Amino acid sequence: MTAVVSARHLGLTFRTNDGDVVALSDVDLEIGKGEFVSFIGPSGCGKTTFLRTIADLEQPTSGTLTVNGQTPETARRDRSYGYVFQAPALYPWRTIEKNVALPLEIMGYSAPQQAERIGRTLDLVNLSGFEKKFPWQLSGGMQQRASIARALAFDADLLLMDEPFGALDEIVRDHLNSELLKLWAATGKTICFVTHSIPEAVYLSTKIVVMSPRPGRVTDVIESDLPRERPLDIRETPEFLAIAARVREGLRAGHSYDEGAV
Amino acid sequence: MQRLGQSFMTRFLPILTVVVAIVLVWYAAAIGMNAAWQNDVYRRGDVANVPFTQFVLDTWSQDKPVLPAPHQVAIEVWNATAMVAPNKPRSLLFHAWVTFSATGLGFVMGSLLGIGLAVLIVHNEAMNRSLMPWIVASQTIPILALAPLIVVIGFNIFTGTIGIPTDPARLLSKAIISAYLSFFPVAVGMVKGLRSPEAIQLDLMHTYNATPSQVFWKLRWPASVPYLFASLKVGVAASLVGAIVGELPTGAVAGLGARLLAGSYYSQTTQIWSALVVASMLAALLVAAVGVVEKLVNRAMGARPA
Amino acid sequence: MSQLQYFLALLAGGVSLIGLVFGLISGPLEQALLLKAFLALGTLSLVRFLVPLGFWADAALAFLGTVSVLTGIGIFSPAPAFFWLALVASWLFAWLFVERFSRVLAPGWRDSGGLGLIIPIVFGVAILVVWEAITRGANVPQVILPPPSMIGARIASSIPTLWADFQQTFLKAVLIGYLLGCGLGFVVAILIDRSPFLKSGLLPLGNLVSALPIVGVAPIMVMWFGFDWPSKAAVVVIMTFFPMLVNTVAGLNAASVIERDLMRTYAASYWQTLMKLRLPAAGPFIFNALKINSTLALIGAIVAEFFGTPIVGMGFRISTEVGRMNVDMVWAEIAVAAVAGSVFYGVITLVERRVTFWHPSVRGA
Repeated sequence: MTAVVSARHLGLTFRTNDGDVVALSDVDLEIGKGEFVSFIGPSGCGKTTFLRTIADLEQPTSGTLTVNGQTPETARRDRSYGYVFQAPALYPWRTIEKNVALPLEIMGYSAPQQAERIGRTLDLVNLSGFEKKFPWQLSGGMQQRASIARALAFDADLLLMDEPFGALDEIVRDHLNSELLKLWAATGKTICFVTHSIPEAVYLSTKIVVMSPRPGRVTDVIESDLPRERPLDIRETPEFLAIAARVREGLRAGHSYDEGAV
Repeated sequence: MQRLGQSFMTRFLPILTVVVAIVLVWYAAAIGMNAAWQNDVYRRGDVANVPFTQFVLDTWSQDKPVLPAPHQVAIEVWNATAMVAPNKPRSLLFHAWVTFSATGLGFVMGSLLGIGLAVLIVHNEAMNRSLMPWIVASQTIPILALAPLIVVIGFNIFTGTIGIPTDPARLLSKAIISAYLSFFPVAVGMVKGLRSPEAIQLDLMHTYNATPSQVFWKLRWPASVPYLFASLKVGVAASLVGAIVGELPTGAVAGLGARLLAGSYYSQTTQIWSALVVASMLAALLVAAVGVVEKLVNRAMGARPA
Repeated sequence: MSQLQYFLALLAGGVSLIGLVFGLISGPLEQALLLKAFLALGTLSLVRFLVPLGFWADAALAFLGTVSVLTGIGIFSPAPAFFWLALVASWLFAWLFVERFSRVLAPGWRDSGGLGLIIPIVFGVAILVVWEAITRGANVPQVILPPPSMIGARIASSIPTLWADFQQTFLKAVLIGYLLGCGLGFVVAILIDRSPFLKSGLLPLGNLVSALPIVGVAPIMVMWFGFDWPSKAAVVVIMTFFPMLVNTVAGLNAASVIERDLMRTYAASYWQTLMKLRLPAAGPFIFNALKINSTLALIGAIVAEFFGTPIVGMGFRISTEVGRMNVDMVWAEIAVAAVAGSVFYGVITLVERRVTFWHPSVRGA
């Protein structure tokens, strides 16, 4: 398996007015093709920062990071990943189909290509029939699905998702999680997924990266042996609960020594 | 200390650079715009082969230049403020005071009126529906066009019908324009401010069975303070414009507006510019004064410093 | 009915009653019959305390009162007490109608199918009627305040003059200056957008300038560009430039961090980000400046004309006719300016609704 993302001794320190903040420290990680990797940890543990570093939205201050064997910047210029943010970030002045078309316009796809891809990806996230709607006419869950369609539209092999369902309610979230698994199975993409929900991480992932704050670092990497076919009620099986317990253990271990700090 | 230096570099250095650039462009423009007249002077005086430096200096020291150089304006402002007794009509301080008194009086009248109207509008649906559209519409109307009418007619009414002496009458008619101009932004801003509490906060007061006046003093009024000061700043600037324009029509001999008009009659460009500079300083002072009061009020209310 | 409504109803009926008494004892009965009929009906409205009356009855009474007062103005001179009481009574009925009607409309409902417009129109008409009745009924010298009918007649009889002034001031000075000033402000904002240094240098100055009495540059512009419209347009350019600059710069920064990161993940170029994200996001700010500037432009052009013009133009007409005490002509010019200003503003608002339809402030309305 070739590594899609490979981090070696990766470190990132933010300089702020109140002194330096170590967001990432000595992170070593390999993400293989087709994997579904979740990053989990309390706020401030650097999980989002790590994702943003892969996306070349932040620059590491030490160590090396490659994406598809290239630097993150080259990878970004090659448009080799799709990014889904915490908020849908759909442009309110564009219809759903025009929002999905946005990256295609920027990347210079022809009109017929655009139409074909819009139809295909909206179908993939079950939003066919809503092409002409404006984002503010849809529910939060539908908006986030549209933003996933937008990230899928240009067929990047890597999908980076930063707590995409964090603002949604539990029921919508369950639904979108199982949809996401189907989508992953159908497309075979590599997915990096940031979350702070243990069940979500365990349910979705083939690999769970547990992180802890101050300084942000990886405390545990758990390979999940759950089958790829996962109905929602897999979450009540002992195998599932065992992995969840290990994740919880890892989170507690990383968090114990600075309990009480803000 | 380091942070102080940093904020100087990031905040004041750019402003300083732009100001210096403007002054340089100003000087350069003064050469260009005054050149024609200067050449004329040379031709009439049969002066030839003037060295360039001399030519430049000459364009910067004309009596009635098309564009006075910054230092000429500065000297004129200095002469007309620091070098003259402030009660003489030669003094710009005197004129600034005349304009300021109309501005201040009008600003106070307009603000009180605006706040009062906003309170009525917020508390009475009929008022809201009849007045609000007109207040909004009237903001689109060039109210200042009314200034000559109000000044001349108002002055006649005050001195003739009511029998007020001329000076207070003139002050009052200018103040009415100022009040008129400052009243709209304050009314609109305060309606917004008094309505700014969220439904959940109003519901809370409702659960306490609070009276309308309690809701007003404990919720609506404090919530509207930021809006009040934002609109007061707009209002005070508008008041000043109103007072200055109120001094343009016939009759006014005192005030910055009258100075502008006199300067334009006699082509005294330096006088116009210096009046303009003083008017700008007055505007900046007034807005800053409102800002200081805002800071004090915020501190007294325990607001988080911005 | 609320307390206020009870009070208004009682007052309106009472005033009608007193007016009726005055009307019956003064002069022959057949004089101003309509006024007396209105006062009688107004008195009759007191039965509402026994039998409820719909608010449309108040509207009808207010309308009848208005008609009777307007037709009654010419009959007497000076106007007797019951004429004024009838005026007060019709005002009270109109108020009562508005008070009751606005309770019926859903609160916060801005436009209940055009019904919401009735109230401000009633208010506007009431002001005009009172203005007309007072100025003519009390013989207010027309130098102080001419009645609306006279202003209307003046407008109708001086259309060529008004049109020439409008052409000179609005079509030339205002529109050209406005387009130039807004355009320049916009272009400069785009140019300095790439330089944080220039932005942080120019923005505080721009904010400062917006508080300054810029109309004061008018005499200078008149000196530089002459008496005709270019000097007025120049004032308008200066007045509209800074609001546009400041608002556009603020608008270009309005796009959220996430939206910008998104463009970065697409490796979008500066111009792609500008055209597809930042300019659309700046739309509401730009329209805000366009609206502010529409008023400023008109003010600037009119005031600049106070400093000297060829013998045409709205500001010129206002200042000279004030000097000649032709106050009705001044009001006619002001009416034209008001209509021009409102239409100008209205057109921009309509365009804004089309262009920034997606913005919550437009969506909610």
